[in-house]
Amino acid sequence: MIELQKLCKRFPQNSGQPVNAVSDVDLVVPEGKICVLLGPSGCGKTTTLKMINRLIEPSSGKVLFQGKDTADMDPVALRRRFGYVIQQIGLFPNLTIEDNIMLVPRLLGWDKKKRHTRACELMEMVALDPKRYLQRYPRAMSGGQQQRIGVIRALAADAPVLLMDEPFGAVDPINRGQIQDDFLAMQRSLGKTVLMVSHDIDEAIKLGDLIAVFRQGRIVQCATADEILANPADDFVASFVGQDRTLKRLLLVQASQVAGIKQTLTATLDSTLSTIFGVMDDNDLLHLTVVDKQGLPLGYIRRRDAKIGKGTCQDHLLPIPITSLADDNLRVVLSRLYEHNMTWMPVVDAQGCYSGEVSQDYIADYLNSGITSTPPIDLIPADKEPAANVAQAAPTHN
Amino acid sequence: METLRQTLQYFWHNLPAILVLTRQHLTLVGIAVGVAVLVGVPIGLLIVRFKPLAGVVLSVATVLLTIPSIALFGLMIPLFSLIGQGIGAVPAITAAFLYSLLPIIRNTHTALTQIDPGIREAGRGIGLTFSQRLRLIELPLAVPVIFAGIRTAVILNISVMTIAAVIGAGGLGTLILHGIGQSDIRQLINGAVMVSLLAVVMDGLLQSLEHVLTPKGIR
Repeated sequence: MIELQKLCKRFPQNSGQPVNAVSDVDLVVPEGKICVLLGPSGCGKTTTLKMINRLIEPSSGKVLFQGKDTADMDPVALRRRFGYVIQQIGLFPNLTIEDNIMLVPRLLGWDKKKRHTRACELMEMVALDPKRYLQRYPRAMSGGQQQRIGVIRALAADAPVLLMDEPFGAVDPINRGQIQDDFLAMQRSLGKTVLMVSHDIDEAIKLGDLIAVFRQGRIVQCATADEILANPADDFVASFVGQDRTLKRLLLVQASQVAGIKQTLTATLDSTLSTIFGVMDDNDLLHLTVVDKQGLPLGYIRRRDAKIGKGTCQDHLLPIPITSLADDNLRVVLSRLYEHNMTWMPVVDAQGCYSGEVSQDYIADYLNSGITSTPPIDLIPADKEPAANVAQAAPTHN
Repeated sequence: METLRQTLQYFWHNLPAILVLTRQHLTLVGIAVGVAVLVGVPIGLLIVRFKPLAGVVLSVATVLLTIPSIALFGLMIPLFSLIGQGIGAVPAITAAFLYSLLPIIRNTHTALTQIDPGIREAGRGIGLTFSQRLRLIELPLAVPVIFAGIRTAVILNISVMTIAAVIGAGGLGTLILHGIGQSDIRQLINGAVMVSLLAVVMDGLLQSLEHVLTPKGIR
């Protein structure tokens, strides 16, 4: 969808010596994905974003949009095909909310009725009552509302690509989380391609399908969030994503992925204790979950009860206090384990059937295994040599 | 007390003449400021677009304003004699026009440069051309500040224009000039008070006009 090739921007400094704000940036953003340009201030991420819609002209290199070089397009026409959202929001205070949202469609020649219908549709998408708000002026809206209007203004003419420069930076932390969630849901349903500048690693983890980490005008690593957290390319990336990067991964990994690294072993009510003690002994287990014919978990047997070796599971069954859903993230899983003072719990699928277990040890094993939760997107066009600044893919696992 | 009575009496007896002078005064100022708006606002826009020009243009306009008015009118006489208009309305209007340029150019420049960079960037980023940004966003937002410049120019020139009587342009300055020449305090006071009143009334009128023209969203 968007491809940057050897993109460079040199600015003259006061000394007359040109300085490279952006050097040799290669990046491919596939259609429908969110790519976060992440880095500290002054790292060239905003300059890179602005070269895409030619608010800044590249010194060298190319930006391809749907395979065509943007340098050959009219900059104004190009910008109207990209939604643009900035931190300062930039709503026009002299126009009503409706006129703000519908400015680009108006310039594109939409008729009044179509514009109004579209404005109402967009307002409903971000849960703002069109009747109540469309005729208001921006200053009569709260910061969070203005931010949402800024986003739907970018979507108004149905641009296939959104360029966002720290779009949620000015929103207070409480509203930010909600606006990010809403934005993500909206992006998933509309399938827009998004390039977003951020300096907030948590935002990048939450929203980015792909994260490009910038340092001094170069991309030092471009990969999925989990890949960057698990295998930072260098010390800079490691320190930028934070010393608690392994804990941050908890949000990205689902219980089923951890359960999946171990063999699923179960017993039934009529299994004899001697049999299952054998299973526990062979597999070094301290407990075994008992399931019924449909696979629903009924309870569990402790190793020390099984060791007695007399009778069946029925006689020593202990109730299971908590279970985890397959798509719960590890943060939720760990929180529930600590809450109930447990070291493990069974994972159940949508039908409630047992599909393995997560334990504190398994989680630690998983996080240390080098496995990352999502396969890296193919970042390099097939006909090209891999760029040096793109990290090698680590072994993946689903 | 006697002076006041005589002054009022003069006012009533000469009301038609005073009104004619007032209208003349207003016309002179109106034409001068009107032309200054037509010239100054575009110059203001120009120096926003071409930044290096801003310093030069604003300096020149500032220098113009520092020329004492009596000297400026004096300078106009030989200049306009070349086209046979040495005295009268044309040099007076020209001088007032020059005085009006600074407040109008400077306020236009300030109004446009002080627009929140976020608004400008958003306008560029969503694909507005320079003229669309000006017409739809930046000029409407600049209205209050540009209008403040116009008001300053009007007030300034209502007072400056009294000097224009010296070069035979007419206006309320004529009353003051006669008052001084004939040691007639009645004319002097009538002229001075009318000039002040005119300034106050015009300021109020322009303020109302500014309010009407300011977009609702920033009022």
